[in-house]
Amino acid sequence: MLSDVTAMNGVARQVPALDVMRRRQDFPILRREVNRHDLVYLDNAATSQKPWSVIEAERHYYADYNANIHRGIHRLSQEATDAYEAARDKVREFINAPRREEIVFTRGSTEAINLVASSYGQHLQAGDEILITEMEHHSNIVPWQLYCQPSGAVLRVVPINDAGELVVEQFKSLLGPRTRLVALTHMSNALGSINPVKALVDLAHRAGAVVLVDGAQAVAHLPVDVTDLDCDFYVFSGHKLYGPTGIGVLFAKFSLLEAMPPYQGGGDMIKSVSFAGSTWNELPYKFEAGTPNIAGGIGLGAAIDYVRSVGMDVIAAHEAELLAYATARAEAFPGLSLIGTACDKGAILSFTLAGIHPHDVGTILDTQGVAVRTGHHCAMPVMDRYGVPATVRASFALYNTRQEVDALFRGLAKAREIFE
Amino acid sequence: MTADLRDLYQEVVVDHSRRPRNFGPLPDASHQAEGFNPLCGDRLNLYLKVVDGFIEDARFEGSGCAISMASASLMTEAMKGRRTTDAEALFSDFHAMLTGNPKTNPALGKLEVFAGVSEFPSRIKCATLAWHTLQAALHAEVQPVTTESIA
Ligand SMILES: Cc1ncc(COP(=O)(O)O)c(C=O)c1O
Repeated sequence: MLSDVTAMNGVARQVPALDVMRRRQDFPILRREVNRHDLVYLDNAATSQKPWSVIEAERHYYADYNANIHRGIHRLSQEATDAYEAARDKVREFINAPRREEIVFTRGSTEAINLVASSYGQHLQAGDEILITEMEHHSNIVPWQLYCQPSGAVLRVVPINDAGELVVEQFKSLLGPRTRLVALTHMSNALGSINPVKALVDLAHRAGAVVLVDGAQAVAHLPVDVTDLDCDFYVFSGHKLYGPTGIGVLFAKFSLLEAMPPYQGGGDMIKSVSFAGSTWNELPYKFEAGTPNIAGGIGLGAAIDYVRSVGMDVIAAHEAELLAYATARAEAFPGLSLIGTACDKGAILSFTLAGIHPHDVGTILDTQGVAVRTGHHCAMPVMDRYGVPATVRASFALYNTRQEVDALFRGLAKAREIFE
Repeated sequence: MTADLRDLYQEVVVDHSRRPRNFGPLPDASHQAEGFNPLCGDRLNLYLKVVDGFIEDARFEGSGCAISMASASLMTEAMKGRRTTDAEALFSDFHAMLTGNPKTNPALGKLEVFAGVSEFPSRIKCATLAWHTLQAALHAEVQPVTTESIA
């Protein structure tokens, strides 16, 4: 079976359909029951479940070749180093970065953004402007406040429209001669909106600003090519991409990384140390102080192998179909208001139900085995924009089915029954 | 509906959440505090009029989930006419019931409708927000209380 997809460049082509029942076998947790119901896991935007291959990759490292990396000459250390560095190559290939030195492992998206804000941020001076958007996750707001505001840099915010789309005209007019850096999300975790990153990067570059793209949500849902996007920084987390927690990635252009001061000091990031001063290791190690999350890196490599074997375009097409189905059901559900109706949207359904608080909806769904996120989704400014304290968010992954969307709506009907 | 859900969302709870009693400002309040649950965004302002150690009136404003609204509503009802010193003891009994020891407590009167919360540990904070706010008001704490620092 083939389904039509329209790629980002607007060219429609055909991709094979995803064999979801077969893929579900890859995820041991999906056999679980919750509250005497089959687990329906729709909280993938918070973190996705892990396939056997990822679990096995971590187990294999700990069971068979656990050692510290980059330092021992013994066999195990060599094997561990090779596996960890192979994962870096997989990341490079996955996002099509030009060089492996441009891939810095971090704890996650949050740490990657903090790294850039603290290190690149040191170039910023009073009056310099950082442009972010109204749909950012707190992790793409607070680091800029923390590191850059003390030096007098000013944070400016591009608004979104009622559909949850970035207002590009406003983006253009807020880009000014003092704009040094633009930090924006590729895909919003609270709304699902996908930003036209490539065009925005181009505009920012014309204005002389560098661009950081928060890919925490996007990498799991659409093919990402940092060379094509031409962004200066791209960050993501392993755990939302079917990989382990505690591992993430900062991609940064080589010349920028070279000019940036280290983020943390310690082992591995130095070339030489004396009490008079130290010199820094080459890239990317200059930014990787201390023993990293070795198992996590190897697990992330396995996760990338997994999604590539399924195919990012196949995943994207499957999720687009699920989202369309869920959206149609949502529009027909009495009292349901969708929050985030962007034209270009990833597999996230954020909504409120009239007269029922999201927290109560979440509890009622949980008793039916349906896991969703309720709350502000670490995007309080988005909640303020829509005048709601919280929303219910169902977010889909490659292993979700239409039957699971049906279970979600059965649960919502139950919520309505209780609060009738 | 599963048994557990009916225990949590008893009719009294649903009713008080939709039509909270003692809702609104209290212009001659002697004590006031603001409570906030950052996890779900529940927020309430509690006003008390205390005369000679007795709570003469209690009102609240705010928004939140059904459990937190109903809890605030029923708490303000239960507080009226009580000694401020009794409030602490009542909260301690209430909290004990929410954590399931004992599971029920007739001494709590109408507040017993929240017994079902003990089966939903993630909702205990919702049921106690109003009570923590009450404590803050009685101690006239200036900072808003949040459920994150007091669990
Ligand atoms: C858009 C977005 N950015 C950043 C983050 C932060 O990711 P992490 O907590 O893995 O560092 C998240 C995760 O919730 C997110 O959805």
